[in-house]
Amino acid sequence: MSETPDTAGERTAKVRVFLVDDHHLFLSGVRAELGDAVEVVGDADEVGAAIELIVERLPDVVLVDVHMPDGGGQAVIEAVGRTHPEVRFLALSVSDAAEDVIGVIRAGARGYVTKTISGPQLTDAVERVAGGDAVFSPRLAGFVLDAFAADPSAAGGAVPSFDPELDQLTPREREVLRLIARGYAYKEVARELSISVKTVESHVSAVLRKLQLSSRHQLTRWATERRLL
Amino acid sequence: MAGGVAGGLSARFGIDANLIRFAFILVALGAGAGLAAYVVAWLLVPAEGDTTSIGRRALADRRTVALALASITLLVVVLLVLAALGLGFAANLIGPVSIAAGGLVLVWRGADAAERAHLAELVGRAPLIGSPERHTRRATVARVVVGVVLAIVGLANLVAARGPALPTIRAVLAVNVVIVGVLIVFGPWWLRLARDLAVERRERVRNEERANMAAAVHDSVLQTLALIQRAAGDHGEVVRLARAQERELRAWLFEGRSPGSFNDADVSTITQAVSMIERDVEASHRVAVETVTVGDCELTAALRALLAAGREATVNAATWSGAPTVSLFVEVESGRVSVFVRDRGQGFDPDAVGPDHQGIAESIRARMARHGGSAVIRSASGQGTEVELVMPRTEADP
Repeated sequence: MSETPDTAGERTAKVRVFLVDDHHLFLSGVRAELGDAVEVVGDADEVGAAIELIVERLPDVVLVDVHMPDGGGQAVIEAVGRTHPEVRFLALSVSDAAEDVIGVIRAGARGYVTKTISGPQLTDAVERVAGGDAVFSPRLAGFVLDAFAADPSAAGGAVPSFDPELDQLTPREREVLRLIARGYAYKEVARELSISVKTVESHVSAVLRKLQLSSRHQLTRWATERRLL
Repeated sequence: MAGGVAGGLSARFGIDANLIRFAFILVALGAGAGLAAYVVAWLLVPAEGDTTSIGRRALADRRTVALALASITLLVVVLLVLAALGLGFAANLIGPVSIAAGGLVLVWRGADAAERAHLAELVGRAPLIGSPERHTRRATVARVVVGVVLAIVGLANLVAARGPALPTIRAVLAVNVVIVGVLIVFGPWWLRLARDLAVERRERVRNEERANMAAAVHDSVLQTLALIQRAAGDHGEVVRLARAQERELRAWLFEGRSPGSFNDADVSTITQAVSMIERDVEASHRVAVETVTVGDCELTAALRALLAAGREATVNAATWSGAPTVSLFVEVESGRVSVFVRDRGQGFDPDAVGPDHQGIAESIRARMARHGGSAVIRSASGQGTEVELVMPRTEADP
């Protein structure tokens, strides 16, 4: 489905989406933006209720706000993920603090987009996450490039890496992230690098995996330091 | 003395300045080498608070170098003629005197306005040369006569003093008399030549100033006028734009804060400058600027220029592309800093932009080139635009 993201809305079965946000205005806004392209199966405005309802209705994708009282999106993702790993999460935020963004991704979200995203783009992102792919906003791509800096000393100290497979980005992954950070859509990245959209998606998914599994000390330290700036 | 070399050396090495001056004079009396050494030091040692020496500035100008070489050649020829006349010691003077003369030309051409004023005053104080403006016909005739007589007397003395029992002091005196004679005849002409050079240099500075001014006016006033034309129907928007522009112009004219630059004390790093661009462009153009910054470093003059060009590219995209969002990506690497500005708007043909449009030519390309960076603009009608700016980081950058 993801080869043709522009026409993905024409699929027979609509993606079932659940919304979690403590701003009611925003909840109704997102509902309107998503429109008929997906099926919104419910929403919640606090962490406890959200976990309960998600487990009860088992949506394909949960759109979750990063910032909420009682632990925010991270708490929801961790609680649901323990029992229902098949539910996929896409984080939405206005805050762009690296600490929060890296936090929700490492908790298990399959992507991160800013709330300024347009309706069709959001629909596209939801479809993509439902299909098992990762969604990187330009800013998330920038964070990852920064955290996985080629020069370890630039990322804050020469911590020995125990798993180079997980702790480093390949040059190709770096290229893909750089283009995403420059504002290229997956399709445009594919054209620029003369590879298929599918390959771009697998590169991004690989990066997401590294982001979630890497034991790299720099990652957490980098995110905290960045906050202090 | 003249160039403050002795004072500078004394400050550097902790020796009394007068001692150094005395040493210079001694060596100068000996074979003229002291004079050469003095001028060369003048060239190479930067003035206090200055980063480049006069010599380096002078050598950057091809015409200066040519002029210096020409005067050296002329002197060598004169001294060779003297030597051929049988004046043995003249041959010894060739080296030091040519170096000193060539050096003096370099000093004059490389000196900045303040140094030049100092030099002019120094020359004006010489009693016999006088000021070229005050010369009347009679004065000119008198001067030439006195000069030629002095030169002939000196030369005659030199010729008479030929022989094995040549008294050195007398020869030196004779040479000095010749030099004074030549100075009296040619002094005013040299002075006028030097003034012409100063005028030419001032003209060049003024042209550069005009280019900077044009870039600044384009970045602010012309951009705003374009916005006002587009918003002509919206009364409130026009007023808002005009007010913002008025504030900016006032800040420029009366507080010296040039528009579109990052000279403010509160912007010292890349990240700060990028968020400033985001804030300013979003506020004045009502488009979303999606910024991504990877890495960070202190701003240098070259990086300020890079970001000023980046801001200009962002403003262009916000004004002309028609796209609701503009992506601004800045990456700091160990060897360079790159800026990418991308929009998905209508695009344009970069070759079809008229020469009277300063935006790309002056504010982006020339600004980057002046600091050793590069600018690439990719655009096609209907396919959006991407501007790529790369500035190498020099060793001096922290």
